[in-house]
Amino acid sequence: MLLALEQTLNGLQLGVLLFLMAAGLTLVLGVMQMINLAHGSVFMIGAYVCAAVYAATSSYAMALLVALVVALTVGIGIEVLIFRSLYQRDHLDQVLSTFGLILVFNEVMRVIWGPTALHAGVPAFLGGHIEVIPGIPYPIYRLAIIGSGLVLAILLYVLVVHTKLGMLIRAGASNRIMIQALGVNIGLLYTLVFGLGAVLAAFAGIMAAPLLTVEPGMGEGPLILAFVVIVIGGIGSVKGALVAAVFVGWFDTMGRAFLKPLLGLLMSSAAAQAAAPAIASMLIYILMAIVLLFRPRGLFPPRTR
Amino acid sequence: MLLLLLVPQISDLTGQAYYIGFFTRVVAFAIAAVSLDLILGFGGMVSFGHAAYLGVGAYALGILLRHGVTNALVHLLVAMAASALVALLIGAVSLRTKGIYFIMITLAFSQMLYYLGVSLSAYGGDDGMSLPARSDFFGVLDFASDTALYYFAFGMFVIFFWISRHLVMSRFGVVIRGTKSNERRMIALGYPTYRYQLLAFVISGAMCGAAGMLLANQALYVSPSLMQWSRSGELLVMVLLGGMGTLYGAAVGSLVLMILEKLLSHVTDHWPIILGLILVTVVRFAKRGIFGWLTQTRPAHANGKKDG
Repeated sequence: MLLALEQTLNGLQLGVLLFLMAAGLTLVLGVMQMINLAHGSVFMIGAYVCAAVYAATSSYAMALLVALVVALTVGIGIEVLIFRSLYQRDHLDQVLSTFGLILVFNEVMRVIWGPTALHAGVPAFLGGHIEVIPGIPYPIYRLAIIGSGLVLAILLYVLVVHTKLGMLIRAGASNRIMIQALGVNIGLLYTLVFGLGAVLAAFAGIMAAPLLTVEPGMGEGPLILAFVVIVIGGIGSVKGALVAAVFVGWFDTMGRAFLKPLLGLLMSSAAAQAAAPAIASMLIYILMAIVLLFRPRGLFPPRTR
Repeated sequence: MLLLLLVPQISDLTGQAYYIGFFTRVVAFAIAAVSLDLILGFGGMVSFGHAAYLGVGAYALGILLRHGVTNALVHLLVAMAASALVALLIGAVSLRTKGIYFIMITLAFSQMLYYLGVSLSAYGGDDGMSLPARSDFFGVLDFASDTALYYFAFGMFVIFFWISRHLVMSRFGVVIRGTKSNERRMIALGYPTYRYQLLAFVISGAMCGAAGMLLANQALYVSPSLMQWSRSGELLVMVLLGGMGTLYGAAVGSLVLMILEKLLSHVTDHWPIILGLILVTVVRFAKRGIFGWLTQTRPAHANGKKDG
């Protein structure tokens, strides 16, 4: 039981990280109809820069700030230089171009920091454990991830639902042509949305760095998970991204933790030993397939024309 | 154009041993690229998960060899059947969706298969497994000889290419192309587009599975990295580079990309940067690909290039 609670917390933490990745992705996809595979690269850049700066200066605040600024700059840079010509193109072109960008970014990381993983330290003030659930010491850092992620989710909610910018974003996700016709500066809006997404992704990378291996290509795994999340949640919907992210994170973590004992009840322990890791890694994709069977556009698709 | 494809075959007889293996891989990837072009260039289905079928074919080979089955025909048929089945399952779910969703979902499913391969510790898991020997052709021809394998691969390529060409020209192919151009019109005309697309998807998957079997044979090694999404990306690049919707283009693209990767890696260790930049540039300025550029006087397919 206690293990289940602990795993639920872990699942929540994963879900929050996924949300940070997915929110930016779903906004860009929803508003700009643009598939951006390089989103994972921004995640990676955030993690790398933060880890490197923290190792060099021992100031986490500094590392955080520099990483976010660098990621934002890179994000806006590629938006202006490359994405502007891609918005009108079909999805295949976007996929291939951003795939090319991934190749470039992964290699650039290798050039700057080498192929071996970088050490990302947990900042001192977030180290240690506390007993959130009596009897289980839980890492404060993970709680910090959950906390900051939820704060960002609330901020994002306020932005999207209660501000004019948010309204423009939602309108853009619903009907881009219409808001252009209504005189909204689409170029600026796109840059803002993309910048926002980049900052969220970089933040996710920064937070995840101590938990994952900081190496070239580290963004790809979270990226694909984020895609699964937004497909389940509905492309263009931040609410969908949150619900789906938390659920996927929880489901995946619980699945990996408890599938083997569960299967062990049904079959011999040797068979369960072999089958459980395989099935556990497939769980969220099966979940996605099931959701799609009933809701081909996800759980909370924004209403379109 | 066909002559271009025959030349490497002849030069192999004199070539150094390494190049035979290299060109075998080129041919295998050409089969995979052609299978992708079938559904992408003609059908408009952007499958970002085609590498999954490479993996299925390769693992079919590996598992059969592990259990003592050595006949090449059995390997081929099982690889194709398994890939067809997987394609059927993936396609059945994915083809219910369109556009962005379809791309993401095919990607997600191929990732799923990748993780499945990684966790199959019985068959090597993350490290993959090396194969004891290659397939043999009813005990008559042993593919341990690189040359024999090359000719087998090339023969397969010719057969598959011929099949694809006929498929595209047939009534079935016309329906698929029509669906790419305007699905509503096809439905209005009474065609069950979902079924046609699913069939095309399955055929494509089966062909790609054969390619996977060839790759595993050549390398004598099966690993989940064959199913990584970057591999699917490579296949897409091959099709784009060569020219979508032309079939020849896919084969050319395979040749060009593999040679490009080879050349660039001699120039610098950090060749992916150059390749990535080339990719972005090609997409931006040369979308019709090499074969499209070569055949510019003759209009290729009206509905194959820029979006409307």
